[in-house]
Amino acid sequence: MQHYSVASLLRRAVDPVASWPAMWRTPEPQAQYDVVIVGAGGHGLATAYYLATEHGITNVAVIEKGWLGGGNSGRNTTIVRSNYLFPESAHLYDFALKRYEGLSQDLNYNVMLSQRGVAMLAHSRHDMESCTHWANAMRLNGIDSDILSAGDVKRLIPFIDDSATARYPVHGGFIQRRGGVARHDAVAWGYARGADRRGVDILQNCEVTGFLRGPTGAVTGVETTRGAIRAKQVALTAAGNTSVLATMAGFRLPLQSYALQAMVSEPVKPFFDTVAISLATGLYLSQSDKGELVFGAGLDLYHSYAQRGNYPVTERVMASAVAMFPALSRLKLLRQWAGLVDVSPDSSPILGPSPVEGLFLNCGWGTGGFKAIPVGGYMLAWQLATGAPHPIAAPFGLDRFSTAALVDEAAAAGIPH
Amino acid sequence: MLLIACPFCGPRPELEFSCGGQAHIARPGPPEAVSDAEWAQYLFYRDNPKGLARERWRHGGGCGQWFNAVRDTLTHDFKAVYPMGAPAPETG
Amino acid sequence: MARLPTGGRIDRTRPLRFTFDGRAYSGFAGDTLASALLANDVMLLGRSVKYHRPRGLVGAFDDEPNAILQVGTGRHADPNAKATRQDLYEGLEARPVNCWPSLRWDFGAVADRLSRILSAGFYYKTFMGFPGWPFYERLIRRAAGLGRLANAADDDLYLKRYAFCDVLVVGAGPAGLAAARAAAATGARVMLMDDQTEPGGSLLWDAATVDGQPGDVWAAQTATALAASGVVVLPRTSVLAYYDHDFLLAVERLADHEPPAQRAGKARQRVWQVRAKRVVLATGAMERPLPFPDNDRPGIMLASAARQFTVRYAAAPGRCGVLFTNNDSAYAAAQDLLTAGIRIAAVVDVRPAPGPAARALEAKGIRCLTGTAIVATQGRHRVKGVRVRPLAGGAEETIACDFVAMSGGWSPTAHLFSQSGGRLRWDDLLQGFRPDVSVQNERSVGAANGCFDLAAALREGHAAGSGDTPITLAAPQAIPQPPPAPPLPFWVTPQVKGRQWIDFQSDVTHKDVAQAASENMVSVEHLKRYTTTGMSSDQGKTSNVNALGLLGQVTGRPPGAVGTTRFRPPYVPVAMGALAAEAVGDLYAPRRTVPAHGVHRDLGAVFDDFGGWQRPDYYQRASESRDAAATREHSAVRTAVGLFESSPIGKIAVEGRDAGLFLQRLYANDILKLKDGQIRYGLMLNENGIIIDDGVCVRLAADRFLVSPTSGATPRILAWMEEWRQCEYPELDVEIFDLTTAWAAFAIAGPRARDTLRAAGTDIDLETAAFPHMTARHGQVAGVRARVMRVSFSGELQYEVQVPASEGASVWGALMAAGQAYGITPVGLEAWLRLRLEKGYVHVGSDTDGTSSPDDIGFGPALARKADDFVGRRSLTRPAMVAPDRFQLVGLRAGGAAPLPIGGCLHAGPSFAPPMALEGRVTSSCFSPVLNAPVALGLVRGGRARMGETLCVYHAGTTLQATICAPVFYDPSGERLRA
Repeated sequence: MQHYSVASLLRRAVDPVASWPAMWRTPEPQAQYDVVIVGAGGHGLATAYYLATEHGITNVAVIEKGWLGGGNSGRNTTIVRSNYLFPESAHLYDFALKRYEGLSQDLNYNVMLSQRGVAMLAHSRHDMESCTHWANAMRLNGIDSDILSAGDVKRLIPFIDDSATARYPVHGGFIQRRGGVARHDAVAWGYARGADRRGVDILQNCEVTGFLRGPTGAVTGVETTRGAIRAKQVALTAAGNTSVLATMAGFRLPLQSYALQAMVSEPVKPFFDTVAISLATGLYLSQSDKGELVFGAGLDLYHSYAQRGNYPVTERVMASAVAMFPALSRLKLLRQWAGLVDVSPDSSPILGPSPVEGLFLNCGWGTGGFKAIPVGGYMLAWQLATGAPHPIAAPFGLDRFSTAALVDEAAAAGIPH
Repeated sequence: MLLIACPFCGPRPELEFSCGGQAHIARPGPPEAVSDAEWAQYLFYRDNPKGLARERWRHGGGCGQWFNAVRDTLTHDFKAVYPMGAPAPETG
Repeated sequence: MARLPTGGRIDRTRPLRFTFDGRAYSGFAGDTLASALLANDVMLLGRSVKYHRPRGLVGAFDDEPNAILQVGTGRHADPNAKATRQDLYEGLEARPVNCWPSLRWDFGAVADRLSRILSAGFYYKTFMGFPGWPFYERLIRRAAGLGRLANAADDDLYLKRYAFCDVLVVGAGPAGLAAARAAAATGARVMLMDDQTEPGGSLLWDAATVDGQPGDVWAAQTATALAASGVVVLPRTSVLAYYDHDFLLAVERLADHEPPAQRAGKARQRVWQVRAKRVVLATGAMERPLPFPDNDRPGIMLASAARQFTVRYAAAPGRCGVLFTNNDSAYAAAQDLLTAGIRIAAVVDVRPAPGPAARALEAKGIRCLTGTAIVATQGRHRVKGVRVRPLAGGAEETIACDFVAMSGGWSPTAHLFSQSGGRLRWDDLLQGFRPDVSVQNERSVGAANGCFDLAAALREGHAAGSGDTPITLAAPQAIPQPPPAPPLPFWVTPQVKGRQWIDFQSDVTHKDVAQAASENMVSVEHLKRYTTTGMSSDQGKTSNVNALGLLGQVTGRPPGAVGTTRFRPPYVPVAMGALAAEAVGDLYAPRRTVPAHGVHRDLGAVFDDFGGWQRPDYYQRASESRDAAATREHSAVRTAVGLFESSPIGKIAVEGRDAGLFLQRLYANDILKLKDGQIRYGLMLNENGIIIDDGVCVRLAADRFLVSPTSGATPRILAWMEEWRQCEYPELDVEIFDLTTAWAAFAIAGPRARDTLRAAGTDIDLETAAFPHMTARHGQVAGVRARVMRVSFSGELQYEVQVPASEGASVWGALMAAGQAYGITPVGLEAWLRLRLEKGYVHVGSDTDGTSSPDDIGFGPALARKADDFVGRRSLTRPAMVAPDRFQLVGLRAGGAAPLPIGGCLHAGPSFAPPMALEGRVTSSCFSPVLNAPVALGLVRGGRARMGETLCVYHAGTTLQATICAPVFYDPSGERLRA
C-alpha cells in the first residue's frame, strides 16, 4: 500500500509511467466473515477500520448496495462540532472531534479538518439566554466555548445584518473554536483505504436482501444480491435505510427517515471564515475552500426515502439566508441535493444490540451523522469486539425509549441538532 | 412541491398541509394496564416503510381538517386519501 | 475586424459602449457580452480555476465554462456573470476574475508548471505534516472563488408568481413551438418558456425552411400568434427545476439586460412556480468538446458556438479556422462559416470515411482530413495553429489557424427530465444519453429526445403538444434530411503527449480520469467527487459525458454501463434573492403588533420580539436604563398599580356538550371540577409526559370554556387540541375556535387595581366576596363590553380585562386615565416577568425546557390526585421520570449583591475543574426591589431535597455562589393576590 506524502507525489510527477495504486481492492465476497457490516458510509467504514486497528479483527466485510461513501457521507454540509449540552452527548461528540483532530495522520489521508469555529447565533434575548446556558454547560463538560457579544459576531461575520431594523437582530451567541468543517468524501475514502489495507473486504454494488437466521432466531449472516454471506455478527450502519433492514429482520425501530437538504452557491472569493448556525431560522452555513457557500437547514416536512428535497424547504433556506445576510441576495444558488437521514425521537443515536441476537445497531444520527463518524465507528467496533457497550455509548441504547432516559438535546436547547 | 388532494377542499399545494406521521395507531390504555415497553411502542416505534405508508395529514392552511392518506415514500405519490376513522383502503 | 460586415440578429443602428478589464469597446443591441467581446477580437476572457490557464469562449450560451466575469459594481455587481448569458447594455462594465496581477500575466499560472504534482486529489495525499493543514488551507483559500461578492444589501426587487396551466412547454425552438402551437389548438391553457431573448432556438442560427418560410421568421410569427391567442410566452425565462407532481420552477430575467440606471422601480427577476398538468420538454441538446492535447487554448470552441457567433451575432470566431469533429454537424458549421467569408484551413475528422457532408465541403475546395486527429495545439493567449496526424500513424503536419471549432457529438439536454425522476439510457447511434422511462407527466421532444432531424422534431413536438386530443391543425413541415453518418466514439486522442481537457473550468484532464481509474475510483460518483469533474459553476454541461465516456473506455465498460449522476436543480445558477423573492426583511416573518401598539410607542415603549409579537419590553423614561425602567415598573405594581397589555395571550374557546370531558383529557389538571365562572391554572403535557404549555382555563358555562395558552405557544396548542379532537376523540361533541386576536387583554395589577378598574367605570361588583380570585365575570368596562378575569401572574391583586380588539387602544387609554390618581404605570414584559419570578411562577420555556415534567416544577402531588387519564399520564411513571436526580425547580439566593447570571451553570465546587458534574442552572434571575436582594429560579438536580445547600455558579469564566431555597420569594401565603 502506497504511503501518501509529498515524496510520493513528487516521485510520480517525475515518473509519469508510475501510476497510483488502487485506494481499495474490489474483492469477491467470501462465504463467511467474523463481522459483516451493512452500509459502507463513514460509520460502516470507520467501524471496520477500528475493528482492525483497535481489536485486531480483520475478517470483516463492509457491504454496500451502491458505492462506498455515496450516501449521507457524501451529501452533508461537512460540519464537525461537539457543542452539546448534556454530558452524554458532549462526551460522545467530543470523542469524535478529538479523533477528527488526529484523523489525517491516523489514516495517512488528508481529511482537511478546518477548525474555523462553529458559531451559534442568538437573535433574541431568549436565544441569548439559551446560548449562555449552553456555552457554560459546555465548559463544565470540559469542552471549549466562548460567549460572543453582538460586536463579536459582527467582527466574525462582517456580512451579517446587525442593524436595529434587521428581522433577526444580532444579540450575540457563542462559538466552539475547535469546531469547523472537514472534507466529507475524504473521511469515507480515508477510512475505506485504511480498512482495506488491513484486510477488510469492501463489497460495493452488493445489496442485502435478507438475513440468515440460526435455530434460535439469531442472525447468522446476510442474503445479498451477490449470494449468501455468513457472519458471526452483523451490524447495521445504513442511516436512512436502517428501518428497511430492520423490517427484513422482523422488528421495528423508533426511527423516521427524512430528506435533509443541502445546497451550495457559486464560488466567490472567501468572505465567510467560520461556520454559523442561526437559532431563529435553523439555517447553517459555511464557505468551502473552493469558495462555495454551503447551506443547510431543517428537514423536509414529511418522511421520505427519496434522496431529493422539495422546493418549499429550499425556498425557506434561501429566504433565511437573505434575511440574515442581505448581500447574499446577488449570489447564485448552484446546486441543491438531499441526504436520507434516520431521525430518532430524541434526535440522539441508537447504539448497541438490536432486539435480535447477533445483530447490532448504529443508527438514529439524524442530521448529525457526519461529525460523529469516528465515534460511531469506534463504539460499534467496541461493542462487536467486546460484547458490551463502551461507557460513552451506554446511554444510547435502545432501552432508553422504554425507561424514558432520553437524551433530548433539541428539546433541551430548542435547536437544530 | 407536492399536490395533495384534501378530501374536503380538493387538490392544494404541500405548503398548506402538515404531516402528522403514521396513521391508525391505537392509543393503549388504561394507563395502569400498559407496560413501559408497550407504551414505548406506542410513543416512539414506527413502521417507517420504504414504499406505501399510511399517514395522517392536516390541511391547516385550508379547512383545518385531518385526514388519512396512503403515500409512497419513495415517489411521494398519493395513492389514496380517506377520512379519519375510515379503514385504510387496499392499495397496490 | 471580427465583426462581420453583414448579417446577424444585431441592431447595427444601436451601438452600445462597454468596458472589459478597464478597456472600452463597443457592440450592438442584440449582442451578448460574449459576442460583443468576440466581435472586438477579445479572445482571452479568464483563467481556469486550478491551473490559471488562459481561457476564451467555448460555448455560446448555458454551456460556457470559461467566460465567468464580474459584471457591474457595488449593489448591482453580479459576481459570476456568464458572458454568453449576459445581454449587452450601454455602459456595461465587466472585469475578469480569478487572476492577479492581470489577466495576461497571472501569477497563479505557476500552478500550471506544477500540474504533475497537482494531480487529481493531490490534496488528500499531502499537507498533513508540518506546519499542518491550517497553514496550507490559508494559502489555498486565498486562491479560492471566482467573482467577488460586495458587502452591500441588494436593493433590487424580485417577484414571485404562482401559475397553473394545462401544458407547460419548456423551450421555444422548433419542437417547442410546434408543441405549444398544437397544445393551444386543443384549447388548453399553455405556457411557453424559453431562456433566450427571442424564440426560435436552433432556427436562429441553423438556417432552415419551416412551412415555406425561413425558420427564424416562422419562429417569430408563431410565437407572436401564440401570445396573441392567449398562450403565456415568456422569453428570457430559464426553467430551473422539475419537482414532484409536475411542479416546475423558473426564473424570468426582467431587467438584467438593461443598464442599472434604467432598472429603477423595476423588478430585476421574477420566479415562476408552475403547476402543470402536462409538460413538454423541448430543451434542445448541447454539443460536446473533443479531447486533444491543450484543447483549452483561447480560440478553441465548440463548432456550434462558432456557428452561433457567426450567424446569429455576426461575430467571427477568427479569420481562419480548423474544424475538428467525430460527427457530421461540424460540416454544417463549416458551410456557415464559409458563407460568412471565414476561411477554413481544414476539417479534421477522426472518422476514416465521413460521408456526403465531407464530400460536399471538399467540392468547395476545403481540405478534409479523414481518420486524423489534432495531436497538438500552439499559441498562448490565442490558438495559432494545430498539429494533425493520421490516427493510423504517419506524418504530422502543422496547420496555421486562429480558431478551432470542435464537435464531439451531441448530448440531449435532459436535465429537467432527470430531475423529474426519469431514467436516461445510452444511445449508441447518438453516442449520448437520452430520456428513457418517464416518471411524471412529461414528454421530451426534438433534440432533447435525441431527435436531430428538423422535420421529425417538428412532428414530435406537434404530437406531444396535442397529447391525446385530436386536432385538425397540421404539424409544421420541413424538408426531411437524410440521416447523418454515425459519430465515432472518441473519448481521448491516443498516443499523444500533453493534457487533454475534459472539464475546462475545474481543470480536469484525461490524466486525472485515468488516475482516478487506476486508484479504483470507478463509479461515476467517485470520479466526479475525486477529480471534481462536473462540479464547477457550469455543472458539467460540456464535461459530464466526456468524463464518463473516457472512464468507460479506461475501465473497459460502455458509457451506458458507467451510468450518469443524477442532475440536480437548478439547471442554471439563480440569484438567491430571486428565490427569496418578497420574503425578505419583515416579510420573511411578519411582525405581529398588539391592539394598543401605537399607544405604547407614544409612551416610550422599547419593543422586542416575543414569539413573533412586537411587545413593549419596557417603557423608557428619559435616559433610563432597561434595568432601571424595569425596576421602576416592578415597584409600581408592588406599591400602586401597573397596566400591562397581555393581548397576545391565547384565547381558545372550547365549546360543546363534551367540552369539559375533552379538556379533562388534555389537561394534566382536573378541569371537570370547575364550576361556572371558575378559573384554574393547568399544565398540558405531550404523550411523553413533558410540559408543553401552561395557562389558565375558565369555565364560562357548563359547555363553554376559554383556554389561555402562553402567547408564543397559542398556534401550536390550537393545532394540538384540534389533532386530538379530530383524530383521537371524534366521538366527543366539541368545537374549538381561536379568538386570540379578536380580544385585546389588559392586566391591571397592584394594590390599587380595584380602585383603578372601578374608576374606569364598570358594572361588575369588584369586591372579593362577589368576585374572588380565580373567577371570571362579564360586564361593561369603560363603556365597552368586557370579560374580566381575576387571575394573577404578578402576585398582586390583578384583573385581566378583555375587550374587543377594536376597542383595545381606547380602553387602554381609559384605564390609564382612571389610574392616574393611583399612580398607574405602564409595565413592559421584563418587569412583568420579574414580578412573577419573585412569586415563583414558572415561565414555561424559560424555567422549563423540553425535558421538564410536571413533578420537576412541583406539580407531581396535584396531578397524582386526579383520577382520570390524561395525555401524557402513562409516561410519568416510567423509571427515568420518577428518578430522584431529575432537575427540579427551586429558588436560588445569590451569594452577593448582583443578580445571578441567567444561563449560569451550577456545580458542587469548590473550584472550577472540568469536566465536572452539572448540578443545574439559573433559569430566571433579577434584582428584587421588594426584598432589596437578587432572586433567581433554577433547575437543580434533585433540588427539592437540597434546600439550604450552597453551590457554585459558573458563568463565562467567573464563579458566584448560590444557595438553594424554596421558589417563592414574595407573599408565600398569597394574601396579596386574594385581597
